[in-house]
Amino acid sequence: MANTSVSQDAQALVTEQQAAMQKRLNEILPTYEGRQDELIPILQQVQQIFGYLPELAMKRIAKFLKLPESSVFGVGTFYAQFKLVPTGRNIIKVCRGTACHVRGSAQILAEIEKQLGISAGGTTSDLEYSLETIACFGSCALAPVVVINNKVHGRMTVTKAGEILNRGAQ
Amino acid sequence: MSFEEIKEQAILQWKTMQQSENIRILIGMGTCGRAAGAEDILDVLNQELDKQNIQADILPVGCIGLCYAEPLIEVIKPGKPSVFYGNLTPELMSEIIVDYLIADNPRSDLALGTRGEGTLDGIPKLFDLPVLKPQVRISLRNCGNIDPESINHYIANGGYEGLAKALRMKPQEVIDEVKKSGLRGRGGAGFTTGVKWQFCHDALGDIKYVICNADEGDPGAFMDRALLEGDPHVVLEGILIGAYAIGAPEGYIYIRAEYPLAIQRLRIAIKQMEEYGLIGDDIMGSGFKFHIKIKEGAGAFVCGEETAMMASIEGRRGMPRSRPPFPAQSGLWGKPTNINNVETWSNVSAILAKGADWYAGYGTEKSKGTKNFSLAGKVVRTGLIEVPMGISLREIVYEIGGGIPEGKCLKAVQTGGPSGGFIPESLVDLPVDYESLTQAGSIMGSGGMVVIDEDTCMVDMTKFFLTFTQAESCGKCIPCRWGTKQMLDILVDITEGRGRPGDVELLQELAESVKSSSLCGLGQTAPNPVLTSIRYFRDEYEEHIVEKRCSAMQCQALISYYILPDKCQGCMICARSCPVQAIEGGKRMVHVIDQDKCIKCGICLDGCPPKFSAVVKVSGTKPSDIPERPVPVVAKS
Repeated sequence: MANTSVSQDAQALVTEQQAAMQKRLNEILPTYEGRQDELIPILQQVQQIFGYLPELAMKRIAKFLKLPESSVFGVGTFYAQFKLVPTGRNIIKVCRGTACHVRGSAQILAEIEKQLGISAGGTTSDLEYSLETIACFGSCALAPVVVINNKVHGRMTVTKAGEILNRGAQ
Repeated sequence: MSFEEIKEQAILQWKTMQQSENIRILIGMGTCGRAAGAEDILDVLNQELDKQNIQADILPVGCIGLCYAEPLIEVIKPGKPSVFYGNLTPELMSEIIVDYLIADNPRSDLALGTRGEGTLDGIPKLFDLPVLKPQVRISLRNCGNIDPESINHYIANGGYEGLAKALRMKPQEVIDEVKKSGLRGRGGAGFTTGVKWQFCHDALGDIKYVICNADEGDPGAFMDRALLEGDPHVVLEGILIGAYAIGAPEGYIYIRAEYPLAIQRLRIAIKQMEEYGLIGDDIMGSGFKFHIKIKEGAGAFVCGEETAMMASIEGRRGMPRSRPPFPAQSGLWGKPTNINNVETWSNVSAILAKGADWYAGYGTEKSKGTKNFSLAGKVVRTGLIEVPMGISLREIVYEIGGGIPEGKCLKAVQTGGPSGGFIPESLVDLPVDYESLTQAGSIMGSGGMVVIDEDTCMVDMTKFFLTFTQAESCGKCIPCRWGTKQMLDILVDITEGRGRPGDVELLQELAESVKSSSLCGLGQTAPNPVLTSIRYFRDEYEEHIVEKRCSAMQCQALISYYILPDKCQGCMICARSCPVQAIEGGKRMVHVIDQDKCIKCGICLDGCPPKFSAVVKVSGTKPSDIPERPVPVVAKS
């Protein structure tokens, strides 16, 4: 009996979340004209709001743009920016560009992976941190660079990376 | 308001600012400056000025290119040359305010240089410094001088003069002028810009498009970001001139989402242009109509390729298609389209304003003008530079860059990012132009220049680039999809001690196949790092394959750490800090590293007190007399 009520609660929560999502999509989509070249901007906005591309949203977008769902999914999986699963509240991006590589970004990445207990591309189970690698941030003169929640930290060292994490990514 | 009136107003505003009795402080607030802590400096600056009750105008500016010296400010006191201070900390900032602004001591010990008329004792002229003297600033002329969010600043410094002149000319005359200047594509391939414009101009179509490629994806390159952050209007003016010459009423700027500040500055610039009627249905009263949109990329390196970029703008997966038809005939939505990169566009306004002959006066016979480079890696003065074509790599690395840090030796210079190659130290006198770099096996590329010193393993570096191109290959054509993967697999084997004789030949064969049979530029150039590293550093491959040794000690699988028994004092610092408890040995016992447990993190080496220096890192050899088990420390007599 208890189990059933838990799953009913969970079900109710999911339905509630989906309703909220639908409501938000109803607000966003009419600001677009429905042309195919709006697909990427729409996905970018949706991801900015929800932190990832929920399946339900991609289906709605496909309908709105009169595109097969496969096309929307295809674009969603092609570009590195798009995530199909929720990401952590704090996003840590380690630059793996050439200049950063030459100046030791591999060791910094390893240190952060060790501290968080996840590897690049992963998210901690409490959804607190997501760790990503970026091909190049274009801040090469300050290599190596780590970006935490869009704040660029230059001239990084293994020790500094550890300290920043210990302080909580702020 | 006519353009003449706008200009008058802008010049008046600029002059009022220049002649103001107030102290002015310019602070570099590009991404580099911010990453180095410019925001903290700005806070201290504001607080301290308040505290000392000093009236001063603070102006956030773009990057002047001296990234190594960020955070950087320029202090202008009326009637004196301005003074630059670099590598600021909040403490130094407070000192400068008290010493220079109040006590009138310009602190020559902290100052980098001066700019403007007059001199200050003990401080050199900034543009006489070796880092700036060889540079010629055309594309970057305004970066660091003007407020990038003020169109008036741009106009007061000659901005939109090129456009005004172009609009008085016939489109064909504009194209001829650009052809005559010898300007070639700065995105990498080096196709003559005027000829490209001609193709699109001559193509038939009810509508044509121009695109600005700001998808600066090469790791190690940041020229376009700095330019867009520091002077967005110089790029936009170029696009307008091109659009007029070609006959395109619509344009797109495709910019990577990783550059939020550049995007913001572009949006502000476009809005200002609309307000001044520089974008709209009747630009400068000439009847020329032009509108422009910003498209944010979504993280795909291949979208820097023009056909992939157009697919992405259309809202599809950014995958290239075969050419012909070329974009000039059938581009965006099947219409004639002209794509140039940020830096190419940024050169156009000066060519129009000052003339093709003036521009062609810089550079070499076949490579005219200047080129922007982002100088990074193992070099003392990293930064954004603009140099005349034909300058030698030596001048760039040693004079502008100040050489290699910590007295190390130069090994190679990498140009062109993952599409380029390595230029060895022996070719350091090579002139930097399109032909010379191609001949050496590399490419000019978009302008990334990464300096590599003796501590860098060339096989590892090649693996690094292949990891990148393999991950970024869109997968459409097999040579690139599988070829990059195969090359990477072989490189991984070599760096992890599983290399076999014949691997180098196999790599060469694969590289040639991928180069000649891939669909687009990504695959056609991806083998360049492999081919150049084999061409110039084949001995390093042999060393990894035959001796299982990495003399740069970068390939983790091929290095080991040992504790020298005659140096270890049994202090236990390394044993305590080892993250995997691989170090055995108690107090006053010689410690021993369990090689099976060791993860080669190097913490023991960093932690061993310098007076002992007992931990060594080796590759391919083992020091003699390493005990199997901890033994008592032998007291020194």
